[in-house]
Amino acid sequence: MTPKALPYLLLLPATVFLLVFFVYPFIQIALLAVTGPEGFTLQHVQTMASHWKFNTALGWTILLAAVVVPIQLVMALSMASIVTKLQTGRSAILYIFSIPLGLSDLAAGIVWLAIFEQSGFLNSMLYGLGVVEQPILFLGYQNIWVIFLAVVLAEVWRATAIVMVILVSGMGLIPKEYYEAGEVFGASAWQRFIKITLPMLRPSLQSALILRTLAAFEVFAVVTALGGTTLPVLMGETFQWQFTLQDRNVASAYALVILAISIAATLFFLRALRVPKGATI
Amino acid sequence: MTATVENDTPKAVETARSAGRFLFIAAVVLICAWVLVPIYLLMVNTLSSPQEVTGFPKTGIPSFDFSSIQFFISFAGVAKALWNSVLVAVLTMILSIGIGAPAGYALSRFDFPGKEAFRMLVVMTRAFPLPLLALPLAVLFIRTGLDDTAIGLAIVHTVLAIPFAVLITFSLFSGIPLELEEAAWTLGCNRWQAFQKVVLPLVLPGIAASAVFAFTISWNEVFAAAVLTIENRTLPAFLVQNLNVSPLHLKFAGGAAMVIPALIFIFAVRKYLFAMWGIANR
Repeated sequence: MTPKALPYLLLLPATVFLLVFFVYPFIQIALLAVTGPEGFTLQHVQTMASHWKFNTALGWTILLAAVVVPIQLVMALSMASIVTKLQTGRSAILYIFSIPLGLSDLAAGIVWLAIFEQSGFLNSMLYGLGVVEQPILFLGYQNIWVIFLAVVLAEVWRATAIVMVILVSGMGLIPKEYYEAGEVFGASAWQRFIKITLPMLRPSLQSALILRTLAAFEVFAVVTALGGTTLPVLMGETFQWQFTLQDRNVASAYALVILAISIAATLFFLRALRVPKGATI
Repeated sequence: MTATVENDTPKAVETARSAGRFLFIAAVVLICAWVLVPIYLLMVNTLSSPQEVTGFPKTGIPSFDFSSIQFFISFAGVAKALWNSVLVAVLTMILSIGIGAPAGYALSRFDFPGKEAFRMLVVMTRAFPLPLLALPLAVLFIRTGLDDTAIGLAIVHTVLAIPFAVLITFSLFSGIPLELEEAAWTLGCNRWQAFQKVVLPLVLPGIAASAVFAFTISWNEVFAAAVLTIENRTLPAFLVQNLNVSPLHLKFAGGAAMVIPALIFIFAVRKYLFAMWGIANR
């Protein structure tokens, strides 16, 4: 075996695997969405777009991402700053902060169901405090905004940890000298955060935001656990079309929509948080 | 006069500092509570009898009644779903490390044409909603007989886990100086022996951590599992498909069954979490 061939041999399994199970299926999705028995057709896309749930599902999905991601960004930045300043008990607190990282969205949905369901802990607390006399049905179809709020809480609770972990490791890469210089010139802690941490953190912010926004577009199990199908989201509709309605072409059309908004979001963050060439640490 | 003034200033600074300290500790405690209290409440429900779970108002203190857990474990299909979850996750772990680690090693040790293209392929996987892969693969799997099998689902989960496996092993191998390997070569080892005797022992804990990470990804995945399995459902797929028909105590016990292993996994890999993501940023 020639040494020149070795790296290619090592990469071969991963490359083949990704081509067969990642690139090829995505081409398949596109084909499924726009072909019928007689070749090219836009019928599936029309079926999807004219269904009354499509616009609401798209709207709720984007609104969820637009509400959840900024909250997570602010929370994760505060948590990461706290972690970097900790002197005692750092590893224990880091562990607690990163626990939700290992939890699935389904588990998170069930956890918050324990709080929001009619005989749940929120009602018990409100009853105990004398605020309500009867337990309220929070997650009913009349209270779609309460379902939305519960989903936002569950998502923020579960998926802020991943953003925090990315930001903590990004903060670890910023040289201490920058902060020392800032302190010498009399910059306050807040100014150092705005003028040093945030700009230097741009690559981490970029990957964290891309990762989180895409995951937010894929929200599914949390919503199903908390609201059933009362609050329609794109991934849930994809699942419905695939399973209940047994139409994989329309399901693929939905998948294409999720793919399209994901790519749009990725390109947006790549541009908005562009790292100037040669400006890396 | 002057003396009091001199005494005053440090005092003000002192109070401001201790107030800041207090706020800081309060924030830490608050965030810990935000993370832990919902998990505690889930455990309270799990450790209560079915009557208590649907009862009102709740006290927030577990009665350590195991009938909910017993009901969950003896519920038709649960034991099989648990077993399937473990099986799929172990297969995912083996596949993603077996395929990802050689790639990580190649990326860290060699410069060769096409390296950037491969990196792009890996990074690109993160810009796609991967669980959607299950839709077209369902067709492919039916044709090849992989539908409703553990290995079929494990393949999809491996696509999810491979980018992490490659990037994590890349950072692990990069952390080991090439000089160590070169020293072994000069002492008469060939490339494989040097890898086996020098590099492997050093990276093994890290590889184990990334294997656990792959396990967690598979353990938690809901959408692809629900699409690709019918008879051989994993636990998340089982739970999500029965959500609207199952009683509350079944949901909570199922939730706990998913949460507890996750707590252990994150504890096991906590040291490596940041090393993993530090490199994944680039």
